[in-house]
Amino acid sequence: MWQRIRTLLIKELLALWRDPKSRGILIVPPLVEMCVFAFVATQEVKGVHMAVLNQDQGSVARDLIARFEGVPNFSEVRFVASEREIARELNSGDVLMALHFPPDFSRRVVSGESAAVQILLDGRRSNAAQIVAGYATEIVARFNFELTSQQNSVTPASVVVPRIWFNPNQQTTWNSAPSLVGILTTLMGLVVTALSVARERELGTFEQLLVSPLSPREIILGKTLPALLVGLAEATAMALVGVFLLRVPFTGSIFLFYLATVVYLVAVIGVGLFVSSLAKTQQQAILGTFMFMVPSMMLSGFASPIENMPVWLQNATRINPIRYYIVIVKGVFLKDLPAELVIANLWPMAIIGVVTLAAAGWLFRHRME
Amino acid sequence: MAVRLLAEVRQVTKQFRGNSTPAIDQLSLSIAAGEVTGLVGPDGAGKTTLIRLLAGLMLPTAGQVVVCGDDTQTGTNHLRHVVSYMPQRFGLYEDLTVAENLRLYADLRGVIGQPRDDAFRRLLAFTALGPFTGRLAGKLSGGMKQKLGLACALIHTPQLLLLDEPSVGVDPISRRELWRMVYDLVDEGIGVVWSTAYLDEAERCATVLLLNQGQQLYFGPPKELTASVTGRSFLLENLGHSRRRVLSRVIKRHEVVDAVIQGASVRVVIAADAPIPDVAGLGVPHAVLVPTAPRFEDAFVDLLGGGPKHESPLGQAPHDPLVDGAPVVEAIGLTKQFGNFTAAKDISFRIPRGEIYGLLGPNGAGKSTTFKMMCGLLRPTEGTARVAGYDLHRAGGAARRRLGYMAQKFSLYGDLSVRQNLEFFAGVYGLSRIRRRQATTRVIETFGLAPYLEQNAGDIPLGFKQRLALASAVMHNPAVLFLDEPTSGVDPLTRREFWLHINAMVEHGVTVMVTTHFLDEAEYCDRIGLVYHGHMIAQGSPDELKDAARSDDRPDPTLEDAFIELVEHYDRQPV
Amino acid sequence: MTASQYNASEDSDSWRAWWRRVRGLSRKEMIQIVRDPSSYLIAGLMPLVLLFIFGYGVSLDLRQVPVTVVIENTTPEANSLLRSFSNSRYFIVEQAVHRKQAEEDLLAGRVKGVITLASDFSDRLGRGDSAPVQILVDGSDPNTAGLVLNYAQGVWSNWLVQEAIAQGDLVPREHLLPIVYLEPRYWFNPEARSQNFLIPGSVAIIMTLIGTLLTALVIAREWERGTIEALMTTPVGVSEFLLGKLIPYFLLGMGAMSLAATAAVWVFNVPFRGSIPMLLAVTALFLLTMLPQGLLISTVTRNQFVASQAALIAAFLPAFELSGFIFEISSMPPAIRILTYFLPARYYVTSLQTLFLAGDVLPVLLPAMATLATIAAILLSLLVYKTRMRLE
Repeated sequence: MWQRIRTLLIKELLALWRDPKSRGILIVPPLVEMCVFAFVATQEVKGVHMAVLNQDQGSVARDLIARFEGVPNFSEVRFVASEREIARELNSGDVLMALHFPPDFSRRVVSGESAAVQILLDGRRSNAAQIVAGYATEIVARFNFELTSQQNSVTPASVVVPRIWFNPNQQTTWNSAPSLVGILTTLMGLVVTALSVARERELGTFEQLLVSPLSPREIILGKTLPALLVGLAEATAMALVGVFLLRVPFTGSIFLFYLATVVYLVAVIGVGLFVSSLAKTQQQAILGTFMFMVPSMMLSGFASPIENMPVWLQNATRINPIRYYIVIVKGVFLKDLPAELVIANLWPMAIIGVVTLAAAGWLFRHRME
Repeated sequence: MAVRLLAEVRQVTKQFRGNSTPAIDQLSLSIAAGEVTGLVGPDGAGKTTLIRLLAGLMLPTAGQVVVCGDDTQTGTNHLRHVVSYMPQRFGLYEDLTVAENLRLYADLRGVIGQPRDDAFRRLLAFTALGPFTGRLAGKLSGGMKQKLGLACALIHTPQLLLLDEPSVGVDPISRRELWRMVYDLVDEGIGVVWSTAYLDEAERCATVLLLNQGQQLYFGPPKELTASVTGRSFLLENLGHSRRRVLSRVIKRHEVVDAVIQGASVRVVIAADAPIPDVAGLGVPHAVLVPTAPRFEDAFVDLLGGGPKHESPLGQAPHDPLVDGAPVVEAIGLTKQFGNFTAAKDISFRIPRGEIYGLLGPNGAGKSTTFKMMCGLLRPTEGTARVAGYDLHRAGGAARRRLGYMAQKFSLYGDLSVRQNLEFFAGVYGLSRIRRRQATTRVIETFGLAPYLEQNAGDIPLGFKQRLALASAVMHNPAVLFLDEPTSGVDPLTRREFWLHINAMVEHGVTVMVTTHFLDEAEYCDRIGLVYHGHMIAQGSPDELKDAARSDDRPDPTLEDAFIELVEHYDRQPV
Repeated sequence: MTASQYNASEDSDSWRAWWRRVRGLSRKEMIQIVRDPSSYLIAGLMPLVLLFIFGYGVSLDLRQVPVTVVIENTTPEANSLLRSFSNSRYFIVEQAVHRKQAEEDLLAGRVKGVITLASDFSDRLGRGDSAPVQILVDGSDPNTAGLVLNYAQGVWSNWLVQEAIAQGDLVPREHLLPIVYLEPRYWFNPEARSQNFLIPGSVAIIMTLIGTLLTALVIAREWERGTIEALMTTPVGVSEFLLGKLIPYFLLGMGAMSLAATAAVWVFNVPFRGSIPMLLAVTALFLLTMLPQGLLISTVTRNQFVASQAALIAAFLPAFELSGFIFEISSMPPAIRILTYFLPARYYVTSLQTLFLAGDVLPVLLPAMATLATIAAILLSLLVYKTRMRLE
């Protein structure tokens, strides 16, 4: 039996590599995503244009504005002369944020009264706006600190001291590279499985396999093992790219990483097998994979925290294996995730894997008829 | 009587990028109005390319194509109004109903108003599709799709009608009806070009262009070509059970140009000016050589240089020889239901050791369902299928190890090399490493695959694909061979060679079940089972089946006549 | 049958005939769309899934984020600060006495922030020393980390103001009051719901799917089935052929957009402050940039598998990642930012966000529409150039 499976495995890998179409899928998306996604998927806001309406004559306002100009995130500071101009700038989307200093601003500060600065934000890009508001808050807080210490020669009031664990410099790639490992491993696991069966059907060789001494179980194994191998290879390749090219640290256990990847791939391959049981052509397999991947990726916590979802949806994501895998991958890269936390995320995947593989295997055998 | 020329092809060559040989090489012919011009040749001969050139869908690399007075290079606009084209697979919109298809083509051709209603009425009657106007074109049978395709092409009155392999996969009755319709058209003065791989259809055309590998072998009336072998065709009769052995001996004679099995006899074509061969040395007493009328195929093979002359080295006994007299392949009451639809009902037959059994029948009538049940691809709703003594469903693995399978259209792994394909099949059938090497070497030599070993299986010529498919099926020396339309689209020489291999294996005890649409190929079988409407309506040797159609007006019926007679007889019976 | 009976009068060369052909082809295409399961999958199911995801699943806002406040020494000030955090709608607060457990929770992802008030917090406040409030966040999720920091800072500042006003004698005033404070106002999206900007953006993604993926697939399938070949031998010319395909998919796209927009407003409570004619105009222009892409892909590939891959990689992915709908364009590296100038989806996303949240802001909409029109013109010309009524 093993010899037959090995023959099937060799044939699958050869066919996968030699068919220009599937070779395309193996190479192009990872390459493209590596170049694009790694740099694009950031929530840090840079290159912000801001507008300032300074109706004040004093130096305090000028000082504060200078602080903003000094921050690299703000690439352009435009001075406007009226509220209508602010409106125009904000409306047209040319600026994301605008500061409005009232005429009595500096006077109030100098006399020890509190003074307000209006900050207007473009809510159409509300996420970026909130983050930029955060930057502004930080800048103002630091300004306050200095003001108080200058003015009162007393130790100023406390400030909040932030400490950022695991990614102290808030580097984009440290977040996106582990996610990339997750995404591409998923893609490969799904696509290779779904394609291999669909291709066989399209070529007409599927009947050839069914008439041969191969048992249905051997055929399933022969179709899923290549996906496992390719998925592992992909995960390794992406991890290497992350570590050596993008300089993301890998702080955790390599063994746990591979263990988790294997378990995860088993779960994902089950889904791929399911899709391929339904698909009659390679193109249908691609569409089916796509239709599964987009929602499950988006609802996995990779794009936005699961805690932000409504409770009923959060519970629904418990059956999404990607959710657990992303946690492990990020943890293994950035947090040196201890074994018990890895295991805590591993066993749900294992269960999901067993279920999907069993169900898919049944459907597949049923459809082979 | 001057014949009006509709189209002229002048020294046309068509070279596709990336191919080393041209698809069409310096062809010249003319298409006349009021008659059927046949384009005959195997797959890859260039028929479709030529038709596309005539339709103006492609331009020649060299030479000129002039249709109805316009050179296709410059004037396709007028062309489109006077030419109708029916591509392979009929050009129908499967998601549209019959009526919607017709209406669309009427809109595209500008047929409106009263003439449109008249045309619809006439065409629906002509094609007998009246009761089916609301049915989706994708749900029609092969014959009906063919007729609908023709109706759409005839919404307007073309001067030239181009039909690309219109009779592929269609049952003989529908095929005859189609010819009848085409003759009617031709009587109206329309010129029809009909391309086909079936050589017997060539004889129905007024003029025939014989193509092989893009080159013109013959252009003219088919009768003239057939006449060129007058007096050289004979039938060897009274051969008993040794016809295959006789065949392999006869072809080695140097005066014999071609030899094939025809029913219980062997048909022989001798070289021009050769003496009549002597039957004494054949080792069969009572054998008689009887002259017979020549066939178009005889002339074709003669033109191609004659059939294969060597014996097949495939002479090894099966790996698990079965010595007892039990039938090797058995179908007992096979029935298959798909929901409400009964695809096959109570089909039974037995194939003893060393016999070639042919499963025949129109598409969609249960033949493929039966075949698949015998291969283990479909589970019968009722009944049993046994191969080599094992029940296919209870002892599937053991049964399948003993059978070899050749799928329709030679399903091969196109992206793998020839060698990789062979190694795959050897491995899957469980051959140990040593035996694998032996088997691969053996088939490479037998089938002459050496020049193509490292090329992708998808890129080799069709004849070699077929050889590779057969090679892959026999490496494990199976006791039973299932062949699904094994020679579709292949040229006659390759077909003959293929059957030499099969015959050699059968002589050593292999049992073969084959399905085919070539009725002359059905003659090679020992027995035939005809499946129609899900029932086995006739079983017997080819000659026995022909007896069903023998009558005083028709003393020498072909298998096609027999087929049609049997089917019509079945249809006439009260339900 | 005689030839005269056959001779139906042919009207093939007038404008009426031209229009008849276009209409016949469009009708054929519409029938096929309705009877084809892929249409429902790509134009029906997928849009619903996308709306669902961006309506309920993806939210970039901070809401009910679990944090732990570690108070090493319980004092009234500490409790008061704790109460401020608890009352904030952004946080769900757990209290702890020791840092260790809280830090483990952070590592495991059970909480997203740990706010620590050291044991001498109140003392130092009272003395007028700097009494730091330490906040620890998980940097591997930068979005949440940044927002947690921002809001925590806000809670702290507000608490200082409150304390100074409410208990003026507790701590010397001038030590506490922040002199300068920010009054934030979010224009167009006062509640700062991320749904409000994600959902209009997802309409753009839906249009991309229909405009390129669906058209590329369906037409590649026609090539594979051989019906286009037959079509080419009829009097149909390039203009009729293209219009016969563009019109039905255009209508389908507009219909899908209307459905999606209606769902956005009625189901997901996204405001719509623009005008409907403007929405239709912008969508029409965007579709005119997407449809030629789909048709070009199918003409060039003539194969469903390659067509679907090409559509996904060349149209969908860029629309998803580079249009500014979910990732900020200004934060992208310069090379990629330049690329986005050529992406129609970018202009459509901006227009949609403006139309929904702001209204008919002409300085935004007119340049976007002009760019879309230009891109559409270029792509349509390319399409006409590449379409021939011959097989090669």
